[in-house]
Amino acid sequence: MEQKRIIVCDTEKCTGCEICEYMCSIFKEKTINWSKARIRHVRIEPTFDIAIACRKCEEPLCIKACPRDAISEQPDGSVKIDKDKCNGCGWCIEACNFGALKLDWEKKCVATCDFCADLDQPKCVQFCPYEALEFTTLDQVGHEAGKKAFMRVIEELG
Amino acid sequence: MKGYAGKFVRVNLTTGETGKERLKEDVARNFVGGYGLVAHTLYNEVPEGADALSPENVVCLWSGPVAGTPIPVSSKYAMGALSPLTGFIGFGIASGGIGSELKAAGWDGIVVTGKADSPKYIYVHNGQVEVRDASHLWGKTTWKTEELIREELFDDEVRVSSIGPSGEMMNRIANITNDRNRQIGRCGIGAAMGSKNLKAIAIRGTGSVEVPDLDELLEFCLDLHQRCRGPATEKYRKYGTPANVLVHNRLGCLPTNNFQKGTFDQAEAVSGEKMLETMVKKITACPACPIGCDHINMVKDGPWAGTVASVDYESLDLLGPNCGVADLNAITKAVELCDTLGVDTISAGATVSWAMEAYEKGLLTKEDVDGLDLRFGEGEAMVEAVRRMCMREGNLGELLADGAARAAEKLGKDSEKFVIANKKMEWGAYSMRPLQTATLGFATSVRGACYLRSGSYQVDVKGTVDRYHLDRSRGKIVYDGENLYSIIDSLIICKFTRGIYKDNDEIAKVIRLVTGFDVDSEEMIKTGERIHNQAKLFNVKFGAGRKDDYPPPRAFEEKLYDDVSDGAVIDRAEYDEALSGYYEARGWNEEGIPTKALLEELGLDTSLGV
Repeated sequence: MEQKRIIVCDTEKCTGCEICEYMCSIFKEKTINWSKARIRHVRIEPTFDIAIACRKCEEPLCIKACPRDAISEQPDGSVKIDKDKCNGCGWCIEACNFGALKLDWEKKCVATCDFCADLDQPKCVQFCPYEALEFTTLDQVGHEAGKKAFMRVIEELG
Repeated sequence: MKGYAGKFVRVNLTTGETGKERLKEDVARNFVGGYGLVAHTLYNEVPEGADALSPENVVCLWSGPVAGTPIPVSSKYAMGALSPLTGFIGFGIASGGIGSELKAAGWDGIVVTGKADSPKYIYVHNGQVEVRDASHLWGKTTWKTEELIREELFDDEVRVSSIGPSGEMMNRIANITNDRNRQIGRCGIGAAMGSKNLKAIAIRGTGSVEVPDLDELLEFCLDLHQRCRGPATEKYRKYGTPANVLVHNRLGCLPTNNFQKGTFDQAEAVSGEKMLETMVKKITACPACPIGCDHINMVKDGPWAGTVASVDYESLDLLGPNCGVADLNAITKAVELCDTLGVDTISAGATVSWAMEAYEKGLLTKEDVDGLDLRFGEGEAMVEAVRRMCMREGNLGELLADGAARAAEKLGKDSEKFVIANKKMEWGAYSMRPLQTATLGFATSVRGACYLRSGSYQVDVKGTVDRYHLDRSRGKIVYDGENLYSIIDSLIICKFTRGIYKDNDEIAKVIRLVTGFDVDSEEMIKTGERIHNQAKLFNVKFGAGRKDDYPPPRAFEEKLYDDVSDGAVIDRAEYDEALSGYYEARGWNEEGIPTKALLEELGLDTSLGV
């Protein structure tokens, strides 16, 4: 089976500029409104920044929590929200460990990242000016970490 | 009218009433936003002869039309009031998220009048405006205030601008902090807030920002974002503004020991390069900023271990080399004290350095300084002096709390001679004598000594003029810089992005894309001229004249000798000629008063013109 690709944030590189949120709302909602973004920047003062979107969990708690069966898993591992069934109760938001769902107050419906399904990579990743976001697999994240660790050893040994 | 929310909040703290008022289209087009709307509001609403610390003063906050859009660093805002420090127009501009949040809440500005009978804060949440009790926040630091307000409103995304204890005590160099590391630093507007019993302004917005054509704007923004990652902003990205330390030291214009020198023998120890290597814990950015200049230091060891603060060039020089201090830990601690207790770092550093010189000259006794070893170079004494100044503690704190000019008035003994200020506001980190075009810009600045009004230091630093001499033509350079910067400060875009725009036409394009106003670069520059004259008129209303547009005595009376300069000094006749050249370029008379003809052409009130 093909590995799931998710949006990974390098917290060293993330500056908290929130351009991912701007881009998400512009491309997905056709408006400038970062509170409607499906990716969420979080800052823990004084020096930690991260942007978090859906993690494509193996057993999505959001699906389990929804009392109206409005959330379903897609072949790529993302979840889809049936706008007709969702009534904005927000149990999925409570259930998600990552804050990856958001209630759209105007539409009274929950929204979450669909990874810009029709594109090669999500717009937030494409336009992150700091290259802090990557659309990648967890296997690749592990591989990169291994490479980095090995590079450090090589550098130390000269 | 796109780009704007089209309305602003009015709060009368005396009555507790809040209301909304429409932002008229002609006012928006003529004054743009930010600095322009601050100048327009203050000129029309602060009565002649008002005391800056009385309920008659007006504190206003304005975003600009780009706020909330993806234009690089569009999140800025401006605040203004009759300055408690200068007695003239007071305003400052800060980044962080206030400007964009206010726009998302559906407002362009907030105008606060009167005085509350007990501590209050204003909470703007989309269409709702509340004046809330702040008794429990009084006495708290700015950082704690942000935290407590978010807690009590159950919302981590509330943006807060607040004053610290210094503003509460109406210290005339008190500032306003937002988003922890960003400040409306200059002109003592924090004291004006304190005088109104206004502890903070909290903002939360979840609405959309409307522009005429989103696709067209986006296309230009993405191009600008790319440029923000290019050579024009490289120094800000890598070292942040402290990159200037070694550059200025090489040019002999790094203020050292209260501007007695322009080179610092330990400059390497406080350079941007050294800071990045040893202190910087994280680089952060303001909302919608693809540059990321904010270098956050962490003190790793010693008495201030664990201190975290964002250190910029101006703060670094004034609290560092200008106090003879070569210890980045001490500088970082002093910045943290200023940011949390609520004092402008530039004024703080310049005031302490004045006290150090007075102490070394024997004008301040050990008793006057409460036993501190207040010699140049003493980092611990500098930090402690800053703390006492912020808190008005002891003899020294009481002496310094309102800035260097007022400290010298109290002390006397000719100590006014080495106050490095203009209009009682302390000088930024550009030496006077080796950067003489810069000095003309600083001294003619409407808000007091300031490098940000015209950027006239650039011709000196780049070497396109003889920086050790002045002539009549420099006036035009300051004039051109001021007109453009007035627009930049009104839109409001970050000055660090000025290099990414190919020309003024591209800045005019920004106005067209966000507002839909059919503005070309010619109209834009004319608008900048109007805004600047509006600010100047405010000063004229408060008695400004030629006498207020001079640098301090040190610039004329003492020759500068250091590793670079060999006797540099400003020739008074040359300065007078350059100042007249500036007035001439501006269309003002020899006293620096705008002519009625000019004011009429700009569509401004002509009653104070000549």
